[in-house]
Amino acid sequence: MNDRPAYFSVAYIFIRNSLIRDLSFRSNFWIECVASMSWVLMNLGFYLLIFSFTDSIGDGTGWGKYEFFVFLSTALFINSLVQTFFMPNIQEFSELIRTGRLDFALVKPIDTQFLISFQKVNWPSMSNFFFGIALLIFSLFQLTQREPTPVVISFWAVIAYPIFILCGVGILYSLMIALAATSIWLGRNQSLYDFWFYITSFSRYPMEIYNGSMLGETLQLIFTFAIPILVVINVPARIMAQPLGIDSASNRWLTIFAVVATVFSLLASRWVFKKSLLSYRSASS
Amino acid sequence: MSSTDIKQEPDAPSEFSARVATWWAIFKINFNEKLVYRGDFMLGTLMRFLPIVTQIFLWHAIFSAIQADAGDTSDDAQIVGYTYNNIVAYYLLSTVTRAFSSMPGLASGIAMQIRDGEIKKYLIQPLDLISFFFLNRVAHKLTYYIVAAVPFIFVFWLCRNYLPGWPEPQILGLYFISLIMSFLIGFFLEATIGMVGFWFLEVRSLLFVYMLFTFFLSGHMFPLDMLPAPLDSIVRFLPLAYLAYFPSAVFLGKITGWELAVGLIVQFAWLLFFIMTARLAFRYGVKRYSGYGG
Repeated sequence: MNDRPAYFSVAYIFIRNSLIRDLSFRSNFWIECVASMSWVLMNLGFYLLIFSFTDSIGDGTGWGKYEFFVFLSTALFINSLVQTFFMPNIQEFSELIRTGRLDFALVKPIDTQFLISFQKVNWPSMSNFFFGIALLIFSLFQLTQREPTPVVISFWAVIAYPIFILCGVGILYSLMIALAATSIWLGRNQSLYDFWFYITSFSRYPMEIYNGSMLGETLQLIFTFAIPILVVINVPARIMAQPLGIDSASNRWLTIFAVVATVFSLLASRWVFKKSLLSYRSASS
Repeated sequence: MSSTDIKQEPDAPSEFSARVATWWAIFKINFNEKLVYRGDFMLGTLMRFLPIVTQIFLWHAIFSAIQADAGDTSDDAQIVGYTYNNIVAYYLLSTVTRAFSSMPGLASGIAMQIRDGEIKKYLIQPLDLISFFFLNRVAHKLTYYIVAAVPFIFVFWLCRNYLPGWPEPQILGLYFISLIMSFLIGFFLEATIGMVGFWFLEVRSLLFVYMLFTFFLSGHMFPLDMLPAPLDSIVRFLPLAYLAYFPSAVFLGKITGWELAVGLIVQFAWLLFFIMTARLAFRYGVKRYSGYGG
């Protein structure tokens, strides 16, 4: 008999069960879909408002309206994937620690990080993913008409774009699990979600907005190299939107760096997770 | 309270001192409760400023593009009367206002207590539920400001060059009045939403809608004057506008004279309205209530 747990079939069962559970409360499912879409629509309204006052975000950066909408749809893909697959689990993880129910996960004959990361899938969050597809197609169509240099969607862009989206998801997942693991030390971590929201808010806009001031450049360095959340959306978005104001050499380096950062983040978060489990003292009886 | 207090005829002064003692007890409980998870609390307070930093950079990029377009080298590019400095000041001020008017966990807490039956604990006690939650919230906010004052002052000091300086004393006075009213509106509005739980049991989706609209229509994301023509005047009269936009705009001197007076009256009217809805929801809700849970 094979001693290794069958990770793929366990993951499949998790995904299936979650879908069954989500669809058992069908009206709730649709309400949640509409709710998260309306959030996105409101945001879109805000950006439309901004672009009614300006042609681009940042002088000479090339992030015009439709380039930015490509950026936005990239953000939608990455965030919806994170929210669908990891967010509910990792929020639960903090609760498991606080209540001592983590014991049950620890005694199961499967990797603990795998178990607590994949147990639940929140399917309604995927609605934003589909919205993102629509927005991306619309904006790319507009960009292929761009004057004077229309966007050409190359074969390599089509391959690289989803790969770098997955890299982005990997980085965000690492950050999230490392943050959640800190609740083993802090006792409680209610601000976890807030912290997450605030940190990722730095990744929400093109990184060029931090150009041109001391504080901005410092932030850019920190959030590229210390906590690499700036590369999460920027790298795939640049591949697709090809904004005009960006120097191609630095762009290439950033793209390579994104891969390195993903691998490093995943390894580092794994280390933090294992380290934190060593300090776990069960809270219940 | 000793048993003799109960037999006593409720004459005014001793009843009042008993009340003050109750308030004080509630405040102390809350204060100590906050300090149990100190690390968590302080982290949360500091984090509150991070999103403004991104917003400031975003607007800087926007203004730099507008200036370049206009071929303008001076610093006085404007969007509906807001210069770049005004926008930064507006964000800082609206964060202060939101610190007053946001009530994290209030509505969901009330609804949860209704659902799992915990609320009957309060129903059999000789205290008024809404006042109890109110005092709790005041204590919560006071504790918050005591801890948050340091980072708030620090951030304002850092950004002192963006701020227009103190307004005239009477404007400042009106600003504080509207700030306090925004706290009260926030409280009674969320309490009402929580009490809808007497009917719906689960108010999470309702709360989500409320949060969604608050985020955009309170002026937390952008000054509401920026909205296109018919929308801006509608949105500015909605109760949500008083949770962030109105006090901040008053401080910046964007709302003056008659507009200011009318605004304050409308704010006060909304406050009365939500006190009434909270009271009514409680009164009729309790009649419907049946205590589930052990």
